[in-house]
Amino acid sequence: MTAPTFDGNAIIRVRGLSNSFGEQVVHEDLDLDVRPGEILGVVGGSGTGKSVLMRSIIGLQQVDTGTVEVFGEDALNVDEAEAIDMRKRWGVLFQGGALFSTLTVAENVQVPLKEFYPKLDQALLDEIAAYKVVMTGLQPSAGPKYPAELSGGMKKRAGLARSLALDPELLFLDEPTAGLDPIGAAAFDELTLSLQRTLGLTVFLITHDLDTLYAICDRVAVLADKRVIAVGTIDELLALDHPWIQEYFNGPRGRAAVSSVERVKTRSDAGGA
Amino acid sequence: MSAPADFQHDAANGGTLRFSGNLSLRSIGDLPERLAAVSEPVAGLDMAGIDRIDTVGAWLIHRFARDHGARVSGLNPDSQHLFDQVAQADEPIEMPSAPYGTFKRLLAEIGGAVIQAFQTLHGLLGFMGATAMAFGAVILNPRRFRFHATVHRFEVVGVSALGIIGLMSFLIGIVIAQQGAVQLRQFGAEVFTINLVGRITLRELGILMTAIMVAGRSGSAFAAQLGTMKLTEEIDAMRTIGVNPMEALVLPRVIAAVLMLPLLGFYASVVAIIGGGLLCWISLDIPPVTFVQRLREVVPITDLYVGLVKAPVFGAIIAIAGCYQGMQVEGDAEQVGTRTTTAVVQAIFLVIVLDAFFAVFFTNVGWN
Repeated sequence: MTAPTFDGNAIIRVRGLSNSFGEQVVHEDLDLDVRPGEILGVVGGSGTGKSVLMRSIIGLQQVDTGTVEVFGEDALNVDEAEAIDMRKRWGVLFQGGALFSTLTVAENVQVPLKEFYPKLDQALLDEIAAYKVVMTGLQPSAGPKYPAELSGGMKKRAGLARSLALDPELLFLDEPTAGLDPIGAAAFDELTLSLQRTLGLTVFLITHDLDTLYAICDRVAVLADKRVIAVGTIDELLALDHPWIQEYFNGPRGRAAVSSVERVKTRSDAGGA
Repeated sequence: MSAPADFQHDAANGGTLRFSGNLSLRSIGDLPERLAAVSEPVAGLDMAGIDRIDTVGAWLIHRFARDHGARVSGLNPDSQHLFDQVAQADEPIEMPSAPYGTFKRLLAEIGGAVIQAFQTLHGLLGFMGATAMAFGAVILNPRRFRFHATVHRFEVVGVSALGIIGLMSFLIGIVIAQQGAVQLRQFGAEVFTINLVGRITLRELGILMTAIMVAGRSGSAFAAQLGTMKLTEEIDAMRTIGVNPMEALVLPRVIAAVLMLPLLGFYASVVAIIGGGLLCWISLDIPPVTFVQRLREVVPITDLYVGLVKAPVFGAIIAIAGCYQGMQVEGDAEQVGTRTTTAVVQAIFLVIVLDAFFAVFFTNVGWN
């Protein structure tokens, strides 16, 4: 359980990853597999290196040692052309949305399209931006707005629209529901799930949000002690007796999330009958 | 990689397009153009032959079906789901309204610039008032004075500028002396180079060049610092804790600039005179002793006063323009850049305008 045993075709395969900032060691000999088509939740206390792990996989972080394979290719030692091919196949949503502040939402969505497919004509680009914006649950009127005019939740949706611009196979979400109101967060979960089903995405999802974990994640990877200490469904994780995992899922907030999931289930069962 | 997106026209059943290949962004090729060029009647789109479809492919099919009133068939359940999602998202997005004609836009831009100029002047005056009030409040309640912050600004604004200002002034002194000597030599009046160097650096150039350098060094830094603090809500946090940002941030910077500029200006003048003296010694054979003696005879003490009176005013303007623009930052990182530029341009402009007023004023009071 503690060591990843999955030997199918993992879409992301991390082996022996070590990262450090000066004296401070963030990761030591970290292993992780992400299976095709799953939503993998990555949890861990603050400062356990969740974002650093994501940045290592997408090549923003110079790793100390270890290998990272994405789509079966070595992601750490690729030449520029291969790296671009790889980037075309994934989308990244950063914590604050990371929208380009001088461009409108629609233009933000068009940036990756223009960068990678310069031959598309402007009318089609506008249409693609329009339906992507609407698909991520924004009002069509948000298209011509600048990021500074958007609320936090709208920025995240706009960021998601941009990360989906290239119809990626793999989506990285860094705390997508942090800072959203519960209704907005639930809607975002719903959206992630529906996009994952619709587009057949694999999702690497960093979150602190227990409701998100229960609602949409197929498996959860727990980061602690500089490694991934466990990966599995929440039920499998609950069977382990690691103190942090127990406290995380069985703490007051964890129990509240479970009961709310059960409430929803009962309600929908009652509604279905 | 699978086959690129393609389609065949089939005239049966009122026209059918049979699609094949991979209808995704990567292998879409010239499909949009080819679809746009279809002129035959089309009643149905048969998707049974495709390998894969993504949202871009789905959008192209949806758009074509919508425009031609054609029916889409043959999608497998997953693709059908995707297609439905994309079709649902078909809402016209509002694009920015078309810009006005050139002439109207020119007028609008002139009008906007005028309004903005007045607004800035108004805001700057208001900010000066607020700074004065903060100053008054600190005088009435000296314990609120940020002594350490102010001293720290002394170092940043004054001490660390000594090197660059010294070098600049030294070179300017040499240039003035050299150019002056070339011109005055034509009249056999090279000795007046000393008058030129002594008077112009003490009265005008020493302080003016210092002000420009400080505006570029510190005025811009003030705007960027305060602007970034505004963006990260540090200034709001200060207010909620009960710290007045005017007292904690603006006042130390203004006081530092007001006190440091006369010192820097005087230092700049002296270094420029040394530079000029050096050139006189080397190229005009005027020994330093003669140079200093002559300087004492021809440069009235009022020249020094003229420079020293202007300096604190310039300092205040630079600091206030920098802090004001910094506090105006709202929204995004882009604003920090534009506001910083504005702060420097505004400070230098105001310094030069005021310098002209001072020149007229001092001439009229007889300090010439």
